Amino acid sequence: MTDASMTNGGLNPRTAPVATPPASVLARKRGLREGLLPWVTTPLLLFVLVGGWHLYVRNSGISPFILPAPGDVWTEWRYLMVNPRGWNHTYWTLYATLAGFFWAIVIGVGLGVLIARIRWLELTLNPFIVATQVIPKVALVPLFVVWFGFGVTSKVIVAAVLAFFPILTNTVLGVKSIDEGHRDVMTSLNATRWQIFRRLELPSALPYIITGLEVGIVLAIIGAIVGEYLGGNLGLGRMLIERMNAFEMDEMFAILIHMSMLGFLLYFSIGVLRRLLIPWHGSVRH
Amino acid sequence: MTTPAQLADDGLAPAISLAGIEKWYGTRDAPVHALAATDLEVAEREFVVLLGPSGCGKTTMLRMIGGLIAPTGGTLTVEGQRLWDGENRRSEAVSELGMVFQDANLFPWLSIEDNIALPLELKGMDKARRRARAHELCQLVGIKGFEKRWPRELSGGMRQRAAIARALSYDPKILLMDEPFGALDAMTRDAMNLELQRIWMDTGKTIILVTHSISEAVFLADRIVLLSPRPGKIDTIVEVPIPRPRRSEVQASETFQSIALALRQRLAEIS
Repeated sequence: MTDASMTNGGLNPRTAPVATPPASVLARKRGLREGLLPWVTTPLLLFVLVGGWHLYVRNSGISPFILPAPGDVWTEWRYLMVNPRGWNHTYWTLYATLAGFFWAIVIGVGLGVLIARIRWLELTLNPFIVATQVIPKVALVPLFVVWFGFGVTSKVIVAAVLAFFPILTNTVLGVKSIDEGHRDVMTSLNATRWQIFRRLELPSALPYIITGLEVGIVLAIIGAIVGEYLGGNLGLGRMLIERMNAFEMDEMFAILIHMSMLGFLLYFSIGVLRRLLIPWHGSVRH
Repeated sequence: MTTPAQLADDGLAPAISLAGIEKWYGTRDAPVHALAATDLEVAEREFVVLLGPSGCGKTTMLRMIGGLIAPTGGTLTVEGQRLWDGENRRSEAVSELGMVFQDANLFPWLSIEDNIALPLELKGMDKARRRARAHELCQLVGIKGFEKRWPRELSGGMRQRAAIARALSYDPKILLMDEPFGALDAMTRDAMNLELQRIWMDTGKTIILVTHSISEAVFLADRIVLLSPRPGKIDTIVEVPIPRPRRSEVQASETFQSIALALRQRLAEIS
């Protein structure tokens, strides 16, 4: 045996030459394909859809009272954008949506935390909560109009009732899913009940709650608009009904597009909220 | 063997003392006797390892010492203070204890430094001092430079280092470790054992560590408490007279080998 093999116990490690990765591996750095591709493909798909719509209207001879041409809708939409009356309706729809959403959060998260922690409360309330969800809530809208009038209050309530359930169930799930090991840490650190809630339960449940908010905000808009369909003289829902009754289909389509853009905006705001509140979570891509 | 009498001769009160500590669990069938009445004293700065097959009550024992589950009988004192008043835990005694679990149990929404400083935050220390302490501890446990990372960005071994730093942050006199390296691969585990010995020698803590690895027990312990199951009780206490600091090579020494073999044979008999 040589001296060298004596010192390292008879092991004889090999030395490897310095290697460089092949070009195909270097080119596969994330970014180009994943980052930019949707910015090309999504507008392209939109262009194809609108183009198809345009060609269909022009060549099929379909009545503009059934399907208006995209060009006419575009003109109406641009008019809607500079029309203060349109913005007034938008304001009221937005107000009903956000106010309803706010109350859905307060009640959904508050009740959710309590239900998740107090077993008897969960057993007592569960049948009632499920019952409120099994009833088709849209069918209750006329009732709300009777109870709360034609004003904005009834719309706020419809939006809140629709949005509250997913927020509640997700909060309950979130608080119940807290890791036992994390609880042990807080217990061994002598944390108070409030500290356990503030430092463990709330942050731990937050990804679930935000998922509830994402579903909830969409339902809140639906609630507000459906509320407007059935009563009152304010809001985009009301405006849409008016245009439809007047057979102004291009304007009606413009309002539809306006509504969906509003929905997009609110939904993406929750996405921004997700990035701000839970940047550590796996659902946020870096 | 170090007897309580000898400890008294040295003029040292035990860091931890268990007198007739036992645990029953109520289940749907018959009550389970997890730990039979047990006496044990751990001296200041001592490294004690609880070793035994599964179901021997070693984790139950550690969790009772850590203030996580109440014993059904006996008296437990930590640094001279009673830990349990019946089912109620006394918080003055708990503040001398730091716990490390099998999973690092870091909070994924806190950066590494915020995780390490969490105990200090709960105690109301201001942010600048917390941060300084966290950086100091990152240095001590060997994860300097990772202060701002999320836990998920670290390897299992590094996460466990951060968990040790968190337990050390408020400078408790005693560290309780429940299979802290059980989830790590063998190579990382060897490295962590060396690191733990260094941290223990640097900080002068009293450590009780639970494991089911014989070589880990012999490598780390001043005294090994071997427990036997059904009901859990102390079977033997073995002293490990290998001088410190121990290097990896001591595993090949005759003393190490003979203690490990004796433990292996006894474990085969009792499990």
